[in-house]
Amino acid sequence: MITYLEAIREAQARALATDPRVFIYGQDIGNFGGAFKATKNLAEEFPGRVIDSPISEDAMLGMAVGSAIEGMRPIIEMQFADFSTVAFNQIVNQAATLHWRTRVACPITVRLPSGGTSGSGPFHSQSMEAIYAHYPGLVVMTPATVEDAYSMLLEAVATDDPVIFCEHKYLYYHLKAEKLPAETLKPGAARIARQGRDMTIVAYSAMLHEALAVAEELAPEGYEVEVVDLRYVKPLDTDTIMASVARTGRLLCVGESFPWGGVTAEVVARVATEGFSLLDVPPQRLNAKDTPVPYHPTLWAAHRPTTRTISVAARRLLQM
Amino acid sequence: MDPSNAGPEFIRAYRFMLMARLLDDKLASLYRMGKIHGGVFLGRGQEAVSVATGLALRKGDVFAPLIRDGAGRLAFGEPLLDGIRTYLGSRLGPMQGRDGNVHRGRPASGLLPMISHLGAMISVVNGVLMAHRFKGISGTVGAASVGDGATSTGAFHEALNQAAVEKLPLILVVTNNFYAYSTPNDRQFACESLLDRARGYGVAGAVVDGTNLEECLSVIGAAVQRARGGGGPQFILAEVLRLCGHGEHDDAAYVDPSLKSGSAGQDCLRVAEARAIEGGFASEAQLQDMRKEITLTIEAAVAQVQQEPAPDPYQEDWCALASRDLRDVQPENDGQSGEAMLAASRAAADLLATPGVFEPETKGRQAVL
Repeated sequence: MITYLEAIREAQARALATDPRVFIYGQDIGNFGGAFKATKNLAEEFPGRVIDSPISEDAMLGMAVGSAIEGMRPIIEMQFADFSTVAFNQIVNQAATLHWRTRVACPITVRLPSGGTSGSGPFHSQSMEAIYAHYPGLVVMTPATVEDAYSMLLEAVATDDPVIFCEHKYLYYHLKAEKLPAETLKPGAARIARQGRDMTIVAYSAMLHEALAVAEELAPEGYEVEVVDLRYVKPLDTDTIMASVARTGRLLCVGESFPWGGVTAEVVARVATEGFSLLDVPPQRLNAKDTPVPYHPTLWAAHRPTTRTISVAARRLLQM
Repeated sequence: MDPSNAGPEFIRAYRFMLMARLLDDKLASLYRMGKIHGGVFLGRGQEAVSVATGLALRKGDVFAPLIRDGAGRLAFGEPLLDGIRTYLGSRLGPMQGRDGNVHRGRPASGLLPMISHLGAMISVVNGVLMAHRFKGISGTVGAASVGDGATSTGAFHEALNQAAVEKLPLILVVTNNFYAYSTPNDRQFACESLLDRARGYGVAGAVVDGTNLEECLSVIGAAVQRARGGGGPQFILAEVLRLCGHGEHDDAAYVDPSLKSGSAGQDCLRVAEARAIEGGFASEAQLQDMRKEITLTIEAAVAQVQQEPAPDPYQEDWCALASRDLRDVQPENDGQSGEAMLAASRAAADLLATPGVFEPETKGRQAVL
């Protein structure tokens, strides 16, 4: 069995082994192996290529951009997604604009340990995908499975654009697979994670598993829920979403980040503007609450969408 | 510098300074005629520091100039046309009209295109130098140019510390021109000298009189040599007044008159001319001829660029991604015009009528990379 976290470590090991342009730079990632051990033993296996950085997120990203200009393929580990705000300027103004301004590619991968785990509080729990997806020139990946954590991270390293790789901390240890995948979908493609005909739930990252649990819960009642796993939130595979809504006529989009704007709003907006005639009932969205992510387990569990709240929303939609 | 070569080296540097100054004059004139979109940012008064930095670098090195580095850019090898094309918005320029004025560069040739956020280019230079290290390229250096204002940013401190930790051959040239836009030094920092910034990070530092070309060439040249020889990051602090506003929209009425009349307020170009004549490097007539020749070159270049095409919004592909396969997934600009919405709505209706649409189709799969 291999966990989601081990898949991330294995993908990095493979990238280092197969591509001399790859190096990893981040805080505590060297001999210590990273705060989550995503780079465990990599510094020993690949001497000089897994480098501890000072606590300087801005300079970490600037360093990545400069090395990418010279043809390297850096992987930057942010210790927590939340800290990427310190590097925000370098990501959205330096990395994201470089190719458009100069036609010189900026192939960097920024790994963001994302999302909530109970007890982590406002500054170690954030989901930042919507903020980065907003900026032209960035690719934003949100792998939800062990297989995707592995194949998409390799894809990120091979991508000629800056990739914000949102890996979910809750999935690190919880999610396991038999083995690493040999094949994957085309870059940018969403995936039908479960087929159904009565409604579509669009989800990504950890919320995929909540959505699948709800689909399972509703099955004995005769409802066939289709679940779309976005995989990439930028670019967004609107075709797959639209085709699913064409089949079901009902759309619920679930995300773990804050409710104002964001991925769920984008999905609903696209379906409403470009596929209004596919809808039988108004599209719905479900997000976290509009407060910072709380520390205490009881508050934390109520802050984000859960199988219970998704189930309520799904039933309401099915009964419309 | 080889002493026997001092004259030709000095004149070579002076020539780039003069070209930068005359280009600045021309750009200011075009700005006043309304021929330039956006701002114009000149390097008047700061040419000596800038040219010394550009000249100390060579092919294979990397340079991140800032807004007052016209002379350093030319000395590093930026074609004269690049600046004119970028200011006049020619499609043939390195930025193709996508970015303007001083926000230009040729990263593949080691000339980094500045972003407006101060201090942000220093760590990018560090990254280029790290890549050289990874690739086993030795003997190269990188220079980043900033002003007094940038020394207050977090990016500046993070990057200087990073260069020190990695012992990178970075030359950080800080030109203190006494005002960050309109903000004087006493509202910018409270340490005795900005050189303290270098000491704080364990970085070698040197001070140079920014009005004196010979001193700039020698001090900055020596710092570059130290970095090239493995001496780690070098911090240069130059002091000189800028002889213009922050941009051409700014009359710089806030500048203290005593600074203008003081030694830092001397025009480095005039000081260099006097030195060239006094040192016997060139005669006054030769300098006059040089000025005429450069003026003609600039006039011809501007005339050429004014005939060049502007960027065409209908030819622009409006996509910021380099990855061809990803830009085809969902063109982000679709669905934003009425026409596109109608087309999408028709496509949606077609989708409903498509045989097999109710059988979810598995997208083409590919091997893991």
